[in-house]
Amino acid sequence: MKVLDVSPSLDYGNVEALYRALADAEAQPALVDARRLRWVDPNGMTALLAIGAESARRSGVQPRISLPERSDVTSYLDRMGFLREAATLFRDVPGRPRRAAAARPSDVLLEVTPVATNTDVHAVVARVQDRAGAILRLLGYPDAAVVTFSVILSEVCQNITEHANGRGWVAAQSYNWTQRLGRRVVVIAVSDVGRGFRASLADGHAARFGDLWGDAKALEAAFLMGLTRFPDTGRGQGLQQIRKQVKRWDGLVSIRSGTAQIADAASWAEAPPLVDGLAAFPGAQINIMLPERRAD
Amino acid sequence: MPTEAGVRRIDIDLGEVACEAAVPAGANLVTRPTGRAVRGAIETRLSKVSCAAVAVVDFSRVSVLDFSCADEVVAKLLLGPSGGPAPSGEGYFLFRVLDEVRGHAVAAVLGKRGLAAVCDVCGHRFRLVGAASPEERAAWTAVEERGRISAPDVARVLGKSGERLLAALASRRLVHRGRNGAATALSALIEQVGPVADAPG
Repeated sequence: MKVLDVSPSLDYGNVEALYRALADAEAQPALVDARRLRWVDPNGMTALLAIGAESARRSGVQPRISLPERSDVTSYLDRMGFLREAATLFRDVPGRPRRAAAARPSDVLLEVTPVATNTDVHAVVARVQDRAGAILRLLGYPDAAVVTFSVILSEVCQNITEHANGRGWVAAQSYNWTQRLGRRVVVIAVSDVGRGFRASLADGHAARFGDLWGDAKALEAAFLMGLTRFPDTGRGQGLQQIRKQVKRWDGLVSIRSGTAQIADAASWAEAPPLVDGLAAFPGAQINIMLPERRAD
Repeated sequence: MPTEAGVRRIDIDLGEVACEAAVPAGANLVTRPTGRAVRGAIETRLSKVSCAAVAVVDFSRVSVLDFSCADEVVAKLLLGPSGGPAPSGEGYFLFRVLDEVRGHAVAAVLGKRGLAAVCDVCGHRFRLVGAASPEERAAWTAVEERGRISAPDVARVLGKSGERLLAALASRRLVHRGRNGAATALSALIEQVGPVADAPG
C-alpha cells in the first residue's frame, strides 16, 4: 500500500504534490494520510475526492484515508460535506453527519457537492444564491455580483456535465487569506475524473495540431481559443466569459488537465500562463479565486 | 401613426414557460438541456400562430441566465428550428431583460454567432444587441428614435444608403417593413399591434 502524505495546509498552491504522489503509487492501493491536516480549501477537498476516485480506478481497490487528528478540522470537513462524499470513495469513513443540525460556517458558499447531471447544476445555482449575497457584499462586490457569480458557478459545473463524462465535485468558500494576500478571497473549485480536455477535443481538433497535440495544446485550444468538441459556433462561450469576468474582478482562474495547467493570473497572484509535464491525472481541475475588492 | 396590418404580438413570459417545461428551480435558466426545453416550449407556442407576429420574449422573472442557456434560447430561437437563418418577414423577436447583467448574456451569445436582436433592458431602453455594423446600428437607432420612417423619408433621414440598410435590418428582422416601404421599430410595433387572438398557452 502506498501512503499519500497530505501536508498540514492543503490548497491550490500545493495540491500538486498529491497528484505526483498518486502517480508514483502507480497501481498500488493508496492510503491518504491526512492526519496532520489543519487547513484545507475547496481545491484541497475536491482534489482529495478526485484522488480517491482515481486511486480506486487504477488499483481496483477502494483506497483508505486517515482523517485529521484535530477534531475541529474533522468537524469542519463534516460540515463542508466532504465526509459524506469521501464515504462513497474511501473505506471506513464516517459519512453521516455526526450532528444532525451542524451549524454551517458563515463563510461557506457551497459545500462539497457532486455534479453529474443538469439537475445537479440547477441545485448548485439555487443553493448558492441563498448565501452568496451576504458573503460577496462582505467582500465589497455589488449586489448584482450574485447573479454573475451564479453564472460562473453554473458554467464551470457544466464542464463536467457537458464535457467530462465522469464524476465530479464542486465547492466554494470565502476565507481570510491574510498571509498571502492580506485580505479575503472567494475560492471556487471544481474537480472531475472524466476524460479531460485532450480527449474531449481530440476528435475535432487534434489533427490540425499534429505532433504538438497534447494536454497543454488542448488547454490552449479550449482556454485561449474557445474551442470545444462541438462544431457549433455557439459553444465554448462559458469558459471565455468566465475568463473575462474573473479578469474584471482581478481574480485568478486556472485549469489543470492531464499533465498541463493553464491560467490567467491576477495582479496579486503569480501563476505561470502554461505548465506542462505535471503528473498525469484524469479529468479537469478548475480553480477560481476572487479577491476582496477595495476602494483603493 | 399608421398600424401594421396583419401583424400581431405574442407575449411569452419565460418564468411561465420554464414552469411548463418543468425546469428545476424555474427562476434560473441555466444549462443547455434547460435551454433546449425552454426553446422547444416557445417554438411550440409560436407554431400555433398563423399570422406574422412579434414575439416579446420576457426574461424579467428569470433570476439567473447563464451563457449556455441563453445560447440555446435566444440565439437558436433566432436561427430557427433548422439551425440556419429563419425565414425573414414572418416572425420577429424582441427580448426583455431585467437588467444589464442578464442583458449581457443575451448580447454575448448573439455576438458570438454574428446575430443581433432588439432587447428591452430594464423595461424602458430598447437596444440593438449582438453583432451589427456601425452603419446598421446608426440606421436602427434612427428608426428606433422615430418609431417609424415612411418610405418617402428614408433617403432624407438615412441618406443614400438608407434603403440598403433598412433592407438589411429587415432581413435580420430588426425592424419591420410594411408593404408600403415604411420601416417601423419593433418597440413601436408592439405598442401598435394587438395580441394574437386565442393566444396559445
